Amino acid sequence: MSNIVSQRIFDFLKDFPPFNFIKHSDLITISSTCVVRYLEKEELVFNTNDALHKYFYVVKDGAVGLYRNNHLVDHCDEGDVFGIRAILRNDAYQLKAAAIEESIVYALPADQFLDMVQNNLEVHKYLATAFASNLAITNEEKDTAEVSNIDILPLQRVQYSTPVVTCKTEDTIAEAAKLMTVHKIGSILITDSHQQPLGIITDKDLRSKIATGFFNINETVTQIMSAPVYTFPPDISALESQMAMLEKGISHLCITQDGTVNSQVLGMVTAHDIVVMNTNNPSVLLKQIKRAKTFEDLAQIRHKLQPLIQAYLDSELPVDFIASVVSSVNNCITQKIIEQVITTKTQQPPTAFTWLALGSQGREEQLLFTDQDNALIFEDVDETEQAQVKSYFLDLAADINKAIAIVGFEECPANMMASNPQWCMSISDWKAQFNKWITRPSENSVMMCTIFFDFKRVYGDASLESKLSESIQQAVGSYEVFLNYLGLNALQNPPPLSFFRQFVVEDSGAHHDQFDIKARAIMPLVDAARLLILEKGVNDPKSTTKRYEALAKLEPQNEVLYQSCIDAFKTLLAFRTIEGLKYKDSGRFVKLEHLSKSNRLKLKQAFKPIKEVQNVIQIRFKLAQLM
Amino acid sequence: MLKWFQHKNHPGFWQEYDAANKVPLPNSIEETSFVVFDTETTGLQPKTDIVLSIGAFRVKNKTVFTSQGLELYLQQERFKKESAAIHGLRKSGNEIKIPESEAVEEFLSFIGNSVLVAHHAAFDIAMINSALKRMNLPKLKNKFIDTAQLFQRVVPSQQQVKNLGLDEIARYFKIPLHDRHTANGDAYITALIFIKLYTKYIQLNNLKLNDFLKSHQRTGLL
Repeated sequence: MSNIVSQRIFDFLKDFPPFNFIKHSDLITISSTCVVRYLEKEELVFNTNDALHKYFYVVKDGAVGLYRNNHLVDHCDEGDVFGIRAILRNDAYQLKAAAIEESIVYALPADQFLDMVQNNLEVHKYLATAFASNLAITNEEKDTAEVSNIDILPLQRVQYSTPVVTCKTEDTIAEAAKLMTVHKIGSILITDSHQQPLGIITDKDLRSKIATGFFNINETVTQIMSAPVYTFPPDISALESQMAMLEKGISHLCITQDGTVNSQVLGMVTAHDIVVMNTNNPSVLLKQIKRAKTFEDLAQIRHKLQPLIQAYLDSELPVDFIASVVSSVNNCITQKIIEQVITTKTQQPPTAFTWLALGSQGREEQLLFTDQDNALIFEDVDETEQAQVKSYFLDLAADINKAIAIVGFEECPANMMASNPQWCMSISDWKAQFNKWITRPSENSVMMCTIFFDFKRVYGDASLESKLSESIQQAVGSYEVFLNYLGLNALQNPPPLSFFRQFVVEDSGAHHDQFDIKARAIMPLVDAARLLILEKGVNDPKSTTKRYEALAKLEPQNEVLYQSCIDAFKTLLAFRTIEGLKYKDSGRFVKLEHLSKSNRLKLKQAFKPIKEVQNVIQIRFKLAQLM
Repeated sequence: MLKWFQHKNHPGFWQEYDAANKVPLPNSIEETSFVVFDTETTGLQPKTDIVLSIGAFRVKNKTVFTSQGLELYLQQERFKKESAAIHGLRKSGNEIKIPESEAVEEFLSFIGNSVLVAHHAAFDIAMINSALKRMNLPKLKNKFIDTAQLFQRVVPSQQQVKNLGLDEIARYFKIPLHDRHTANGDAYITALIFIKLYTKYIQLNNLKLNDFLKSHQRTGLL
């Protein structure tokens, strides 16, 4: 250590990435090569296309802005590194760096630093990630660090077999069976003239419908085929395939061009195509759920999912994928509970009904144990039976709610549950309820909408769900001012400024000095996605990332923004989940002092799209004058 | 005549130093090399107290070259318990200590003709000068700047601090007070004060730094 000031520089750097990944003895050497630069407000460090400096910079005090065409693209504050990307790329500066306020920066000789860290994977990984998240536009420096020790098989796209053996509707069962035998396959698809799937026959059908003598082998295949066919897109992962098979109770998946029955068949995936790699995976949990005898069994199984979520997060698997796995398991548990509860009743359900998950469960974004939010729709019945039917379902729902609570999802304190007479209604009553919310918007009703618009059928009659959706779309379409109210609500929580010092923290109550990541960052993105997709006249899909994906397709001009919303949402959701698992709570309140520098950086980047999407909303729904 | 004779007998390092100081300073402030320094001493009497350590950094164009610092610890022939409490330098501490003459030689070769900057510079310069005197050498020849006086002269009167101590002025500029009472720590704080004074007051008001430069002839303390 050459002198005491170098020691100070070392003390400062050692806490910030990437310097925290560097051996102390090396960092001491680096610190002793550092020079200290003072910047006045607005003083330029380097300009776009300037020749490379020998140094890169770390902000010691103050703030330095990075600008592209005079637009601020990033704030660097205490501990932030800038001016290294160009050096790594060995190319002129692409951005301008200038002091936003009076600043002191440490300038570190780049050559010496890079020589020293050239074999330091952590440093390279950090630099790569920082850059990837820094600016959405430059994607040349994506994180290339390989993810080791992760079994990526479940994520790989499934290998489906091609070409597919098919037959026509007019073919006989015997002909189909011969084809299957010749090609040594367990199933055959019946397609139309455009190679779109109409039905499927499997070995099981031959066994249960032909061998039993119920049908004659000379009848056409349409007599015994299962239709419609469950279809999936070609990018389905091995894990998703497994889950689909277990959820639907099928052993053959049909892959079509766009994942619907209205496109050309590409291939088939069978259970044999998928190798179950380890025993601790969701598909095993799903099996266990199906075999569970008691609600306590289900609780045990659900708790086994927590370490799995943690492992997935540790492996940096995409959080929307993890969420869909979790939601499959949750749905499966709920289905099992409902089936179980029905068997305990002396009377079968008097009419068709549908169990809906609401809010984050409805959006399939529930990764942690939170309160349960659900509702029940039953088919319209004769007025004279109405009261009796409703009381049957209320009773049923109460038992289901209790069982779900045993599994670990506490009953909702606001009573947003199907056992509440308000949220257990006939389809006509539901339609009326939504109409009332939409045509007579108030602060309260808009809040209800943010929960109830995100519904997903978990159990029961699909037609009830789609009837309700249609009715909602009609009402929204004919009463557009509703969207303005929803818009105002979506803008209620402006995102924190990107500047960390000006981070909005809760200033009162039990969460004093903590940051409410749900209300201030996640919900604004969720609300924006819901509003924008409703404006398009649809209330599907429900998950926030899928909504933004759909929006990106509908509005190609905003594709970059929506993509950055997806990235931000994933970051925030993953962050909240990690926090929640760590502190065994809902992860909602983040203690600022617990945040590492790299997490601060990540969060900071995630706030930017919130502001941008809120601007879009403000302009689109002309909300400025209403606020 | 005697003077001329003595001069001829000055050691090589002094002659080099002397020659360097005959080179005129650059015209532009950006090119001017400054050495910001601080001394820790046994007391406040330049005639009887001695220098215990010297810390110095080069400053050029608003950059502190902390990588090119000077940090010297001097052997203590005289030791005062009272001052040891302030600077923490013990008579036989762990630092590698060199004789005063060696320290002066290193200091001179480090500063060359740079403009010297120190807080209450006259005192530090007087301390060095009295060491030079013990070596039978003339006084320092560099131009110098006193950050305390500079502050007094350029910062508007309503913003003046009570006394012109390093602590008060550092607080005024929100400079963290790390490593106070180590020669290097104080030199670093002084360097930041100097740069801030320069950019905030002199440059901003189109004043000429030259007007604030003092000649070695005017070290009033001696």
